[in-house]
Amino acid sequence: MTKLKENRVPLSNANLLFIIAAVILLVMYLFAIALFPESFTQPQTFFDLFNNNAALIILACGMSVVMIGGGIDISVGGVCGLVTMSCAVFLQSAGADVGRSVLLALAIGLAFGALQGFLIAYLEIQPFIITLAGMFLANGVMTIVNSTPIRVELPAFVALFETKLKIAWLGTVNRHGMFIPCKISISMLIAVGVIVAVALLLKWSRFGRNLYAVGGNAQSALMLGINVKRTRFLSYLLCGLLSGIAGYAFLLTTAAGNVGNASGFEMKAIAASIIGGTMLTGGVGNILGSPIGALSLLTINEIIRAAGIDSNIQTIISGFLLCFFIVLQSVIIWLRDRSGGFKLQRPPWLKASLRTRDGEAP
Amino acid sequence: MPKALRGVLIPLTVLLLLLLINVIKDVDFLDISNVNGALYGNIPNILFGATELVIITIGMTLVTSASGGQDISVGVVATITSAVFIQALAAFGPVSWLSVAGALVVSCAVGALLGLFNGTLVAIFRIQPMVATLILFTAGRSIAFLIDGKVSPNLKNAVTTQIGGVIPGVPIQTPIILTVVVIAVFAVLFKLTNLRLYTQTVGINEKAARLNGIDPVKVKLLVFVILGICCAVAGFISVCKNERHDSVNLLKLIEMDAILAVALGGNALIGGKFNLPGAIIGAYTIEVLNRTLLRFGISPDAIKAVKAAFIIFLMIVSSPVVMSLLDKARGKIAGRLEKSASDKYGGPKTEGA
Repeated sequence: MTKLKENRVPLSNANLLFIIAAVILLVMYLFAIALFPESFTQPQTFFDLFNNNAALIILACGMSVVMIGGGIDISVGGVCGLVTMSCAVFLQSAGADVGRSVLLALAIGLAFGALQGFLIAYLEIQPFIITLAGMFLANGVMTIVNSTPIRVELPAFVALFETKLKIAWLGTVNRHGMFIPCKISISMLIAVGVIVAVALLLKWSRFGRNLYAVGGNAQSALMLGINVKRTRFLSYLLCGLLSGIAGYAFLLTTAAGNVGNASGFEMKAIAASIIGGTMLTGGVGNILGSPIGALSLLTINEIIRAAGIDSNIQTIISGFLLCFFIVLQSVIIWLRDRSGGFKLQRPPWLKASLRTRDGEAP
Repeated sequence: MPKALRGVLIPLTVLLLLLLINVIKDVDFLDISNVNGALYGNIPNILFGATELVIITIGMTLVTSASGGQDISVGVVATITSAVFIQALAAFGPVSWLSVAGALVVSCAVGALLGLFNGTLVAIFRIQPMVATLILFTAGRSIAFLIDGKVSPNLKNAVTTQIGGVIPGVPIQTPIILTVVVIAVFAVLFKLTNLRLYTQTVGINEKAARLNGIDPVKVKLLVFVILGICCAVAGFISVCKNERHDSVNLLKLIEMDAILAVALGGNALIGGKFNLPGAIIGAYTIEVLNRTLLRFGISPDAIKAVKAAFIIFLMIVSSPVVMSLLDKARGKIAGRLEKSASDKYGGPKTEGA
């Protein structure tokens, strides 16, 4: 027994939550395959989740960054919608080009990020209120910019919109025996690029490690000589930038500006981050978890859509999932506080299976 | 300055300023006319239009005080409860005052349950109020839509029309009377119970409250239930006014107005002491602000942006950093005044000692 104790490698919270998220996605997808085998066994269905929802995945990344730093940003959906609408209007005006529209998207995102970050980090205002006001501000400005649906018809942009990368070795054979390769849109490439970049930034840069420290305990971080205010400011700036990118990715998936664009994305992004294992209390989280959380959410929505149930149920289920995972986190925090340490013990069934694997009698 | 007046000074000043602007724009702004035995005009319209906002603001003030956060699901809760109200009224058979009252009780019970749901997440699971209420905020309108059976049911009958409009023989519109009744109920509640004291104690210091024998969990649950009931009443009045239930647009964006009213009334949004008269006047101020902006030809969408900018401005002014800067500046000016005064009148007193 003593040897067993020494060998015990406790799972930390971050890994445990991440593993839960990954398992849930896997179970969900297998469930979907079992229910609708003809659609979900096609690899293209999986890629379409990415293709059509790149914006949400990028937003979830930004949300995770802010949440790891101990804050929250409710304005991401609003900013994303504002960027989509502004870029659509800009691209439809005379003398527009794609390059400057990208700059416009990044500038709007950075402006919101800088404003909110400054108010939250340097003036010490509650992030909730400021970002809620930011959400309404972005919404209001969007309807001022344009309130009618607008379609982008600039040839250069349409070409970009229709560009699809084909994976030659992966695909399905249709009824006529023709091989259809899987297609990947530009927005999916952007999303993957963002995930990799942000994950690297958080893992290997000074800012990333400072962010975890600030989110975990701002007081200790300050005593270690970390510039807490600047770190918080940068996290909101990064989140704003990602909202801008997400807005452009949204435009790349729809090629249209609409007032209802990206509405309700703030809850979906928060839900995706939380399902992906980022703690609301800050300091714990894995950027790779956010796309996994987003994909779990999207898989459920896809199942509901494939089953032909009312689309209102989708929103309700998303809300229910968010509720479930928030409560789960709260219980984990409670367990952590009760046991007095940061580590959670392995559940007994896992311990038993590991013991038998090691060749010891249970 | 009397203590009671000091609390409501800021919202009252803004309110009077807005009214003044309106009077300058339109000389007959304050005129009240008598149509079929009831009073109409701009002032009654403001009181009439602000009914739901005032009722929700009262509950929001309590929640803000006890939990240090805001409930952003108020409009959605009102939408769900009013959908339940219409279904219950239909189930009770022929419409009479009694069946309307019965349906109102049912919808209040649903409101209390929804409040309990939010309260449980906040008080027991210790989730920030805004995240906890975000769940209903986004999912709730879909629930109301399903309760309605995917249509927007009409509510046209003699009783609810009188509740949303005018009862024959009474010169004041019914929602205004209901607002007064709700405010009176809360005034009595504060007079007879320890609700105000307990709420503020929990908001100021939860641990100290528990050491003094007040259970913070119970108090937080209670204020969320009260807010849920307030939302149910507001939803009831709103659906009676509109004569139909539109689950997409009913009381849309009222959460921001309510938060703004609470902040404008001089309440700290991080909890603690609260000032209910200030918040109520704040709510009327927001209503006047909305109407003033509309009168000046600003589109309803732009108003949203203007109000958001106004919230940000309020938060900047009341932020701890700006406050301490102001304090410092005030101290400096006071010090300089003192110095110039002492120079004038023969230097500091210590010199003579």
